[in-house]
Amino acid sequence: MTGTRDVTDVVLGFARTLRHAGVDASPERVQAMLRAVGHLDVRNATHVYWAGRATLCGSPDDLAAYDAAFAAYFGGEAPRSGRRAPYQRDRLSTAAPFSVETPGERSAGEGPEVRAAATGAEVLRHRDVATLSPGEREELRRLFVLLRPDPPTRRSRRLTPGRRGAVDVPRTVRETLRRGGETARLARQRPRAKARRVVLLLDVSGSMSPYADTLLRFAHAAARRRPASTEVFTMGTRLTRVTRPMRLRDPDKALAASGLAIPDWSGGTRLGEVLKAFLDRWGQRGTARRAVVVVFSDGWERGDPALLGEQMARLARLAHLVVWVNPHKGKEGYAPLTGGIRAALPYVDEFVAGHSLAALEHLVEVVRSA
Amino acid sequence: MTDSPTALAEALAGVGYLADEGLATVAYLAGEMGRPLFLEGDAGVGKTSLAQALAEIRGVELIRLQCYEGLDVSQALYDWDFPRQILHLRAAEAAGEHDAEELEASLYDRRFLVARPLLRAIESPGAVLLVDEIDRADDEFEAFLLEVFSDNSITIPEIGRVTAKVPPLVVLTSNRTREVHDALKRRCLYHWVEHPSYEREVAILRTRLPEVTERLARDVAEATRRLRELDLLKPPGVAEAMDWASALHLLGAREIDPDRAAATLGAVLKYREDSDRVRELTLAALLR
Repeated sequence: MTGTRDVTDVVLGFARTLRHAGVDASPERVQAMLRAVGHLDVRNATHVYWAGRATLCGSPDDLAAYDAAFAAYFGGEAPRSGRRAPYQRDRLSTAAPFSVETPGERSAGEGPEVRAAATGAEVLRHRDVATLSPGEREELRRLFVLLRPDPPTRRSRRLTPGRRGAVDVPRTVRETLRRGGETARLARQRPRAKARRVVLLLDVSGSMSPYADTLLRFAHAAARRRPASTEVFTMGTRLTRVTRPMRLRDPDKALAASGLAIPDWSGGTRLGEVLKAFLDRWGQRGTARRAVVVVFSDGWERGDPALLGEQMARLARLAHLVVWVNPHKGKEGYAPLTGGIRAALPYVDEFVAGHSLAALEHLVEVVRSA
Repeated sequence: MTDSPTALAEALAGVGYLADEGLATVAYLAGEMGRPLFLEGDAGVGKTSLAQALAEIRGVELIRLQCYEGLDVSQALYDWDFPRQILHLRAAEAAGEHDAEELEASLYDRRFLVARPLLRAIESPGAVLLVDEIDRADDEFEAFLLEVFSDNSITIPEIGRVTAKVPPLVVLTSNRTREVHDALKRRCLYHWVEHPSYEREVAILRTRLPEVTERLARDVAEATRRLRELDLLKPPGVAEAMDWASALHLLGAREIDPDRAAATLGAVLKYREDSDRVRELTLAALLR
């Protein structure tokens, strides 16, 4: 016979294990599990398993970690029926450094401070970020505050009082009743404008690393401006959702937190596969539907460009507008020759450069007017 | 009748819903703990039908709130019947009623209130409330649901507070088109509904479509299981398997054959890309 005291201890210990595995088993949830176990048979492992799973988990991402923690803590296999949850939690493996390599341009003699002081903000706005020295980069980060990535809008189904439009019956009647039955004026309503969802897909592979910091800062500015309607993902060899860390107020903290979440930093790119993962898991369910989707990538594809083309076609059918940002487009003599870009371009509505602050300002304009 | 998860599973089976152990346990807990049940899973795995089955075994009407963007209080909660209020006002005036206060009080009487799903669920004891596809509603609406579920009551300014005598059993479903807020999820029991196992799917087909032969049910369940492994844009759910089996049955099939399967493929696959892909892989290979 197990006493109540023991059950509480066991559950608390299990919750601790689960928190180590990365599931947010808050005290409130643990209390719910204790209550749930109270309604079931404590000695039945299956009952304990389901009681915990229903109360401690909150998304399919949690399920794999829960199973592992359950098996580790209670021993033996987790009593699960059916196939595994389709979504595996992304393991946090590597901490990514956010300082990008300094390009060879910054040569001996000239200290970064000197150059930063000598560079006017206006000049800096147009400089390719890949060629900046650390000092200039620091200066540019300050200029990022000026970026106002306002979201595009669309007509919402919700209505708001207006001068023109359909008659708002409830308001008119309320007014009428207030006046003792005299209708003095018809109240009207019009559709409200709502922020359209913006999805940012950032390529964090090796070939994009000179721009990674800048693009992540851009994503952070966008996510902070409209947290509820902005989604940020990174693409490398796998897809990582960094929307949550991007919502942190401080840009440096947000970038550091996203860096911890991205396991495939500066690796290769399998754009087609990763885009497919995005569409299967998020896009088709609704995230990409009628959204403005911005892909930041140079189009260096290790996989099959045909798959990328196929997935871009799918994306184009779901999204309101597809924008492709290629930092190399800003360079003189650039022609879209890489296989990935050539496969993707037919499905892209706007193809823009994103190599400098001025180019990003232009991008903000493109997105806002979508 | 349903004093354990097993008993609940049996009761559900009695009304034609075959739940696996996990789902039965979680649904049992939802009833016992008075917490909303939050169901996620691929489309067509039986999230909505669970609510229907629960209502059936409790012998109550299922109150359904289909969420969509722009859903607001007057469609989810209650609304005043304005034309009737105006009529009442005119009639009172004609009858020579002049006491303004009394007139006003009579205007905001319960009989002029049109109860929408949430208020109906609070007012009818032991009801089963299905909030379908919560992810389609705006996030403001979630905060509002949270308020209703936290103390099972609704405050109507003109009338006062309406509290549920027996709290309703609430089932929320989501297709994950966006992430539902943690605050709402924390108050719920979470369950990810999976596609049924082969044996369970056969049993479901046999229970829901008694006219279909055992052989056809097994063939359809097997073919559907293989389709799910193909990494399609929209893997078929139980609902699609049932549609397929009944389509084949209507064509007089007693077992699956390539010709009839090809002709009825539209019942299981809802994307042209998926159908093309399956045709390429040749149906024959799929059907053993």
